[in-house]
Amino acid sequence: MNSPKIHIKPFGVHSVLIEWSNEVSEIILEKILHFERFLSREVFSNKEWELVPAYNSLLLINRTKQIDFEKISNDINNWYTQLKESPKPDRYLWRLPVSYDAEYALDLDEVAITLHKTKEEIIALHTGVTYTVYGIGFLPGFMYLGGIHKDLELPRKATPRPKVVKGAVGIAGKQAGIYPQESPGGWNIIGNCSVPIFDATKENPCFVSVGDKIQFYQVSKAEHNLHKIEAEVGIYKPEKIKIDA
Amino acid sequence: MLRVLKAGFYTTVQDSGRFHYRNKGVPVSGVMDEMSVFKINSLLENNESAAVLEITMTGPTLIFEEETYMALGGAKMSATLNNLPIKNYKVYEINVGDILSFGRLEKGFRAYLGVKDGFTTKEVLGSKSFYKPITKANRLADNDMVPFEVQKLFRPKISEIKVSSFLDDSVLEVGKGPEFDMLNDKQLEGIFSKTFTVAHENNRMAYQLTETIETHSISMLTSATIPGTVQLTPAGKLMVLMKDGQTTGGYPRVIQLTDKAICILAQKKGGDSISFKLL
Repeated sequence: MNSPKIHIKPFGVHSVLIEWSNEVSEIILEKILHFERFLSREVFSNKEWELVPAYNSLLLINRTKQIDFEKISNDINNWYTQLKESPKPDRYLWRLPVSYDAEYALDLDEVAITLHKTKEEIIALHTGVTYTVYGIGFLPGFMYLGGIHKDLELPRKATPRPKVVKGAVGIAGKQAGIYPQESPGGWNIIGNCSVPIFDATKENPCFVSVGDKIQFYQVSKAEHNLHKIEAEVGIYKPEKIKIDA
Repeated sequence: MLRVLKAGFYTTVQDSGRFHYRNKGVPVSGVMDEMSVFKINSLLENNESAAVLEITMTGPTLIFEEETYMALGGAKMSATLNNLPIKNYKVYEINVGDILSFGRLEKGFRAYLGVKDGFTTKEVLGSKSFYKPITKANRLADNDMVPFEVQKLFRPKISEIKVSSFLDDSVLEVGKGPEFDMLNDKQLEGIFSKTFTVAHENNRMAYQLTETIETHSISMLTSATIPGTVQLTPAGKLMVLMKDGQTTGGYPRVIQLTDKAICILAQKKGGDSISFKLL
């Protein structure tokens, strides 16, 4: 099979950007992650390089040195065309509990009215699909989730909130996500997830990686509070299923 | 130990940055003005990544509780050691009880304090740089203690350097950003012919500029950003991402500041003027 085309651009003197075609596609994401894995294992195994994948792009950053753009472009093209089938990285489906209780679901009523549905229907749509993590950014541990049900698509709020609480579960446009910490935010908030997505005290501070899958399931407020306490003392582990992609 | 008597406006511990977590959304952080810090750490014969205090606009009052050697650099802030004026880029021997304080901001915006072998605050995810919520605090508070190793026998090879200051520079050299080619002639002319004013919305995350250029409706998928990336919002505002800037963004990345241009901008405050020059 021919690999999807890449386009290589300079981005400052320390980095180079590799772009695939401008679309949200699991096939492209798979290719990016395959290439990322190859590069980080075979080429950039030293600590000088960082690789940042997102949607249709992969940024290679050198920590200190200036990059010779012509040379690295040639190398990237060669590496990419020679990219062989290699073992796929371990990929996980994470099942995350969400309380849609009115205390957390600040915009659920409004979302239901806007979309001409009941709250239960909104929850069923939100929990009924499997999301793909297309990127992590904006905040430490903030996942850009693709795969939202088309009946749940609605614009972000006209006026962003100055403060959205940690764990807030939001939707906006074609995206879903969880605020990993308190921050300003413009997404529609329909629930709260008690599992901390980001924990700086851990060696791997964020258990999710780009390419992983996410499912949400509904829990009561009581279960939510229990999970929250369990998470605080470090005994709650989110449910994880290995995917054979 | 260094005791913070008064913390000043915004004083943080910074080193060369937090690497290898950008794919989890963690900004690189680290000193805003790398050039000034490089000179301080060179004078003190420190490792390049030795942690310093980054002192913003209004300086702190600090008391040294142990012996060390120190050097200042970056912005000029009328610093005094035990009430005697001291110079930037000069090594001073510090005795127990010495008090370092700062006065009027004369030039620049961020001053740096280095000590021999650097500050030894706790590393989180491989860096001492403050960034909340990776680190507990986002800046130093009154009565905080900042640790360092006692040093009594340092003989600096060079005790003072004259530096050609860039604090008066206002031209930021830039390269093309990934979405540069999407700009139209009017937008290009706007970027490279205008003088821009640094907005009061400026901090370690981003510097906004007051003047706008032509609006756009370019739509793109979220993609990686780095310090010095200049994003163009749909309303025509330019936003320069700095060291604590987000690791991905959905606005066109139109131009990219050089490392030196980031240092020049890091020394600007609200109301200062800058312009861009394409390399």
